[in-house]
This record gives sequence, structure tokens and C-alpha cells, in this order.
Amino acid sequence: MRAHLLARLLISPSALLILVCVYGYIAFTFYLSFTPSTLLPQYELTGGASYKRLVGLENWSVALSNLWVFASLYIGFALVLGLGLAILIDQKIRAESAFRSIFLYPMALSFIVTGTAWKWLLDPGVGLERSVHMFGWTSFSFSWIKDSELAIYCVVIAAVWQTSGFVMAMFLAGLRGVDSEQVNAARVDGAKTWQIYLRIIIPQLGPVFVSAFVILCHMAVKSYDLVIALTNGGPGRSTWLPSVFMYQYTFTRNEMAVGAASAVLMLIAIGVVVLPYLYNEMNKAKHG
Amino acid sequence: MASPNAAARRAGGPPVPFGVARLALYAALLVLALTFLMPVYVMVVNSLKPLDEIRSGNLLALPISWTIDPWLMAWSTAQIGVQPTGLKPYFINSFLLVIPSVVLSTLIGALNGYILTQYRFRGDHLLFAAMLFSVFIPYQIVLIPMAKTLGLLGLAGTVKGLVFVNVVYGIGFTTLFFRNYYAAFPGELVRSARMDGAGFFGILWRILLPNSSPIIVVTVIWQFTNIWNEFLFGASFSDYSSYPLTVALNNLVNSSTGVKEYNVHFAGAFIAALPTLIVYLLSGKYFVRGLMAGSVKG
Repeated sequence: MRAHLLARLLISPSALLILVCVYGYIAFTFYLSFTPSTLLPQYELTGGASYKRLVGLENWSVALSNLWVFASLYIGFALVLGLGLAILIDQKIRAESAFRSIFLYPMALSFIVTGTAWKWLLDPGVGLERSVHMFGWTSFSFSWIKDSELAIYCVVIAAVWQTSGFVMAMFLAGLRGVDSEQVNAARVDGAKTWQIYLRIIIPQLGPVFVSAFVILCHMAVKSYDLVIALTNGGPGRSTWLPSVFMYQYTFTRNEMAVGAASAVLMLIAIGVVVLPYLYNEMNKAKHG
Repeated sequence: MASPNAAARRAGGPPVPFGVARLALYAALLVLALTFLMPVYVMVVNSLKPLDEIRSGNLLALPISWTIDPWLMAWSTAQIGVQPTGLKPYFINSFLLVIPSVVLSTLIGALNGYILTQYRFRGDHLLFAAMLFSVFIPYQIVLIPMAKTLGLLGLAGTVKGLVFVNVVYGIGFTTLFFRNYYAAFPGELVRSARMDGAGFFGILWRILLPNSSPIIVVTVIWQFTNIWNEFLFGASFSDYSSYPLTVALNNLVNSSTGVKEYNVHFAGAFIAALPTLIVYLLSGKYFVRGLMAGSVKG
């Protein structure tokens, strides 16, 4: 069994890296969140003071409520638009692959690029608002990105544009795997196309919904680049998300313990959604 | 006569007659396609206009006087931080970062995938699950200790440091890709090779890797796009000499003082998008497969 030994030997560097740089670091950040660390890590434990401070901070409640608005709209719209696109594409259309490519390409771009492009598109001074004015509709107003109440919706627009094509690809794969017997039977019975989708096809897409939901959730919680490029958290702090909060408090405001605590809460939020899903997928893989 | 069944519907079947419904379908698709294309159209069109034309004109209009000056400026003279270097050195940084990161993480993924499917050992499922979860962690949770580690290793603010980081957090993805691929690989081939006396590396080199080109392509594309587009690690762990392109672009766009040079920003954004767009256009099919493999299957 020399090969067996070799196998274990060769996978151990990866195992070690993951153990240290993922789980060790998680433990480290968790530990830091219970210390009074500021600019540099400090190692004496002072209990949950930083969590207390975190929860009391207005910046954190702003970030949380923004995340709530952003995540629910982003996930909702990406799912609906993704499914809609997939159904349109599934109608035996001409140039299917061209349409598919067009809807999917934003996924190849960096959020920084996307943010830069949308930043100027949404800017009332140079972007769409002015273009519409020039086409003659001068009372048209679209200055959400300058409005601290509405700027978060601009982040939603750009994020949905970036990912709905990907959701479409997932649904399209699901649609192509739908059991055709039932669809046939319904068609013979004279069911209309929309009825077939509503009653037979969409109910079979449950697992795709779950996968897409989990992935979109985790992307929403991690979102950082797009906000930085699009609004840089502004106007004011109106588009702060927990990711922006974490970076700010850790690296520019010298409140490392509070930053660490916010990162721990982000991990927990993702874990709650992802772990049951992964557990389920692993079981499925094990039992065929 | 074949019935107009779902199988035919999926397989392309006979062309559907053109009615009002079809017309509406194509109209909807066309409008959606134009909406999806608009940001890149705007980027390209406005990167070819002089600045005063953007200021006085319509963002959606074609240039009246075409110019490539914004591209030249974005590439070689735009102010990134303190130096008027343009994006060029950072474009090079990104390649110096992406190439070793992709090669290393792909090789490690292939090796791990091979071991995790062909050898049983205690805790193998747990190890795979641990790697899989690492794909989903918010990177904010590792930023502080990783910054400290890179400092201790003397890799803070270097491209090498970023290579290390991207390889470490890429292992989860690449292992997932190769493990799933090798799990579906015909076992008889491996068994018969083993019977013929092939050892650990013999099976990997002569049986598995030569049959792995589809998954290698997928993994390379996935890692290339991810690492090229990566921002958070770049922003956290690099300095002026080692910024990846995404960080440099963000500095160009967000820190410029005085006049906003939209055309230069658009050109810069397009320069940053170009490599991954080319990869996407050349290998769209594999790109999709990579996206799906990285997400759907566990």
C-alpha cells in the first residue's frame, strides 16, 4: 500500500493549507472578536464587548438594513428574471446560442468593471437621465444614485444585470432535464404552453431554485466590489453593506475587534444558508 | 408523423409558424438583449469620444469625432495614485498574478481530485466537505489573519503574496471540479491500469490527465476569470507596485481629482474587461460549464 501512503502524503499540504488558512483563520478572527484589538491584534480576552459595540453602532444597523433590502430584491429579481429568460430561450427560438451568450456575458466581467460602467450610466449628469432628456422627454428624472434613500436600488440594478444570465443558465439546464412524458401528456390533453410551465415544468425545478437561492444568498452577503466601484458606499453611508462595514472598521477606523465581530456574523449568516445545503448535497452524492 | 412532443421541442424540432405570439417573443428577447448589451456598448462608444463630446452630448450616441486618445491615456499616462503610469503596469501585474495562480491551483485540484476519488482514507469525506465549504466563506473572515501571515512571510504588498492567497482560496473550487469529474470516470480503466502495474503517478499521468482536457479547460477558465476579476484581496494585500488591474482601475475611477475623464474611465474599464471577455467569447460553452460545475453540484 505504498501508493496509499503517497496519496495521503500528497494531499496533506492542501489539507494543511485549508485547515490553517480557512479554519484556523476563522478561529483566529473569532478569537480577535473577543479581544480589545484596535489597530493591531491584542490577545487578552475581554468578552463580548465588541459585539455589544457592533450591535449598538448605527453604521452597522444601516449596513444590515441595506443588506436586507439589497439581498431580498437582488435574489428575488435575479431568480424571476433568470427563470423568465430561461423560459423565453426555451421556446425553440432562432439564434438561441447568441441570445444565451448575450444574457450571460456580464458574468465574465469584474464587478469593478460593471460598477464603473453603471456608475456613469446611472449618473444623472452624464448618463441615462440626460440621454432621455436629449431624446425629448425633458421631465424624465432618474437620479437614484445621488439619493441616499434610493442609491441602494442602483446596486440592485447592477447586481441583477450581472448575475441574472447565470441564473438563466442554471434554469435552462433544469428545463432541459424536465421529464418530457408529463409534458407530452399535458400537451395531448390540450394544455396551453403557459399552463404546462406553471403546473408541470416549474414545480419540477425545485432543486434549481434551491441551488440558485443558496448561491445568490452567498453572493449577496459577500458583495463588496460592486458597491465600492458603483457608489463607494455613498452617498454618505447609504449603500454600506456589512462587507463595507467590515473593511472600514478593520482597516481604516482601527477597530479590528469590531471588524472581526462583523466578519463572524457574516460567516454565520452564510453558514446558516450554505451548510444545510452542502450537507444535503453531500448525502445525495454519497447515496447516488 | 411525429407528434409535436416535448422531445422534439427540446431537440430543435420543426420550425414554429410565425404568429403574433412569436413576434412578441422575439420582440421581448430583442429588447432584453439590447438592455444587456447597453453597458458594454456605452463603455466602448464613449471610450472613443473626446471628453467635451460626452459632457455636451448623449451617452448613447455614436462619436461625432472618433478618437483613440482615451485608450492611450488609460493605457499609459492616466494617473493611478501618485504616478501617471496608466493601467499598463497593473495589466502586467494581473498577468503575473493570474498565470502562476491558475497553473498551481489547477495542478493541485487535479491531484486532490485524483486522490479523493481513487483512495479511501480516514476523514476523506470530511476533508472534501471542508474544502467545499471553503468555497462559500465570506473572505472578510480571513482578511485579518491573512494580512498578518503575509506580513510574517514577507509577502505583504507583493504579487507573490497575492498568488499565494489566490491559490489557497482556489483549492476548494479546483478540487471540487476535478473530484466530480474523476468520480464519473470509468473505474475499469483505472483498475486495469493498476493490474498492469501502474503506480500512483502512472495512473495520474497516463490514464487520468490525458483524459482530463474538458475539466482542465473548465477549471482554467473558471480560475482565470475569478482571479483576474478579484478585488478584495488585491485591495487588502497589495500596494502601488503590486496592484492588480481591478484595484488600479478602481483607483483611476474613484480617486481622480478635478475633471472626471469619463472617456478614459470607460476605456480603462474596457481594458480591464477585455481578457475575460475574450476568454468568454472563445470558449462560451466551457465558461457556462465551469459556472455550473462551480455551483450546482456538491
